[in-house]
Amino acid sequence: MSRVVQTLESLPWAAPFVRLSRGEDPKAQFNAILRAVGVPLLAFAIFIGIWGAAASRIETSLGTLPGPSQVMEQAGNLWQEHQAERAKADAFYERQTTRNEERLANNPDAVVKWRDYNGRPTFVDQILTSLTTVFTGFFLAVLIAVPIGIVCGLSPTMYAAVNPLIQIFKPVSPLAWLPLVTMVVSAVYVSNDPMFAKSFVTSAITVTLCCMWPTLVNTIVGVSSLEKDLINVSEVLRLSWMTKVRKVVLPFAIPMIFTGMRLSLGVGWMVLIAAEMLAQNPGLGKFVWDEFQNGSSNSLGRIMVAVFTIGIIGFILDRLMLSIQRAVSWDKSADIR
Amino acid sequence: MSIHLDIDHVSIEFDTPKGKFKALDSVNLKIAKGEFVSLIGHSGCGKSTVLNIVAGLLKATQGGIVLDGKEVDEPGPERAVVFQNHSLLPWLTSYQNVELAVKQVFKGKKSKAEMKEWIEHNLKLVHMEHAMHKKPSEISGGMKQRVGIARALAMQPTVLLMDEPFGALDALTRSHLQDSLMEIQNTLHNTVIMITHDVDEAVLLSDRIVMMTNGPSATVGEILHVDLPRPRERLALADDPHYNHLRAEVLRFLHERHAKKDTPTRSGSEVKKASVSETKVSAENHPTEQKDQTASRVAA
Ligand SMILES: Nc1ncnc2c1ncn2[C@@H]1O[C@H](COP(=O)(O)OP(=O)(O)OP(=O)(O)O)[C@@H](O)[C@H]1O
Ligand SMILES: [Mg+2]
Repeated sequence: MSRVVQTLESLPWAAPFVRLSRGEDPKAQFNAILRAVGVPLLAFAIFIGIWGAAASRIETSLGTLPGPSQVMEQAGNLWQEHQAERAKADAFYERQTTRNEERLANNPDAVVKWRDYNGRPTFVDQILTSLTTVFTGFFLAVLIAVPIGIVCGLSPTMYAAVNPLIQIFKPVSPLAWLPLVTMVVSAVYVSNDPMFAKSFVTSAITVTLCCMWPTLVNTIVGVSSLEKDLINVSEVLRLSWMTKVRKVVLPFAIPMIFTGMRLSLGVGWMVLIAAEMLAQNPGLGKFVWDEFQNGSSNSLGRIMVAVFTIGIIGFILDRLMLSIQRAVSWDKSADIR
Repeated sequence: MSIHLDIDHVSIEFDTPKGKFKALDSVNLKIAKGEFVSLIGHSGCGKSTVLNIVAGLLKATQGGIVLDGKEVDEPGPERAVVFQNHSLLPWLTSYQNVELAVKQVFKGKKSKAEMKEWIEHNLKLVHMEHAMHKKPSEISGGMKQRVGIARALAMQPTVLLMDEPFGALDALTRSHLQDSLMEIQNTLHNTVIMITHDVDEAVLLSDRIVMMTNGPSATVGEILHVDLPRPRERLALADDPHYNHLRAEVLRFLHERHAKKDTPTRSGSEVKKASVSETKVSAENHPTEQKDQTASRVAA
């Protein structure tokens, strides 16, 4: 219990409530609550108000720009569609099971077929696809960037060799990479029974190409700031190169590497939507594109739902990386935010 | 005296933006097994450079280091170093820090249980058994330094090198650690080279005090034999006329013969302060001296 209270107290918005419940100076606590919870809520309310007022005045070819209430309505619709689709799928599988069982009961040797349900991907499916794609691209990026970063951080020569490439490729937009990646994937990734869809591979690789730079740069900076004293220690101990990297360099640079990874995941998520739009990977990007092409009166509302979803997921991913970053940092005095 | 460690006419030149800088000129010093040698000299004269050359962390431009008849020019655990600011790995506990060294040095020579025992033994030597499983950030500066010494001792070095091991500590902690070190030295009889700025510390701990001339092109100035009987007792020595004579010798060297004429500020004031200070470590005196040292280190 006291553990929970402690954790709560370390959260800026929850701390005043905890203190208030303990009866500590109520006036100060109310002020703190107002600042931590009231101000953001007020700001959000103002935003909703401005949005609602402005939206009703903007006429597009697809009707009035949707306000907050229409967007909420569309969010509800998307959720219902998802549940309806799930119900259909369940029903399909149930029918299939009973059918096959009956057949087996009549004739134990009968060859029964099990088919997957081929429904339309729902909004939730698309979110999951996007997450899978972004994490695939992100892990690929980390897998490439961290080893290269360590080598470059330790060797000034390697750094001199790689640095120009980093500087050149870092600012390239996903939209520029995508056509190249698409062509290369089409040429190289040929198989009759591909494990992954081409659109998935293309999007993931584009994410990798765009999001590896922060991790790479931060790894290099982290490794090259290794203290001279610690280098001396590993030299006196005659640690082999691998042991030195494993026991000294990597732990030292871990906080910086995770800072880079957090930035990378942010970039990756942003880039993914554009990549999916062009590559037609069935994720949120394709959802936005399809709704745009579709052009029904609900489309703009649905796109806005997607915008909020993208934003909220991005926020959650960032918080997730932040807590990992805090957990792995050995420098507990550092203020990571 | 059989020569154990031979610092043989070592000179070093650094490449600086302003051209070559000759820090050491033909430093020559022969050390016997089990001898405790202190290096003392003004800040920036090249003490750390000598130590780093012996450790193999720097390469001499001329001359070299011969240990037990073999030339050494690479770092190695048989010349363990206690660094000035402990340099423990901050993400490892005291135990793990020592373990890293022990695993490396005794790989294949000691069993797991033996290693554990050896690690704990060394931490006990420096009186750190109570905080074995704490990280450096959770222990005090003096404790960190103790762990640093335990790590170096655990490598079972032929020569123990210490670069101002107690320089960053307060006077009381410093005298505790000096006592610990003397106690350890009474049982292990390691060969030790220690850099210090503290005249009392040098006289109390050493068999010989090597006084270096000022840089550039620093070299061995005078060597003072400290023939006080062991074990030494700091309080008893305070009134010992011979001890005080030895102290005065070191002070005279530092102050009169080789004080920096161009910058009398730090070196002069420090030495004056040291000479008026009592042999007993006086608490109100040392903190200021420490500040001086840090300031000069930053400047150097
Ligand atoms: N890597 C280097 N490159 C250039 N000059 C150096 C280098 N290392 C040391 N020096 C110079 O060599 C001289 C001796 O330095 P050193 O660190 O050995 O002094 P020190 O006696 O240990 O001083 P302190 O008592 O302040 O620790 C100084 O003038 C310093 O500026
Ligand atoms: Mg020094």
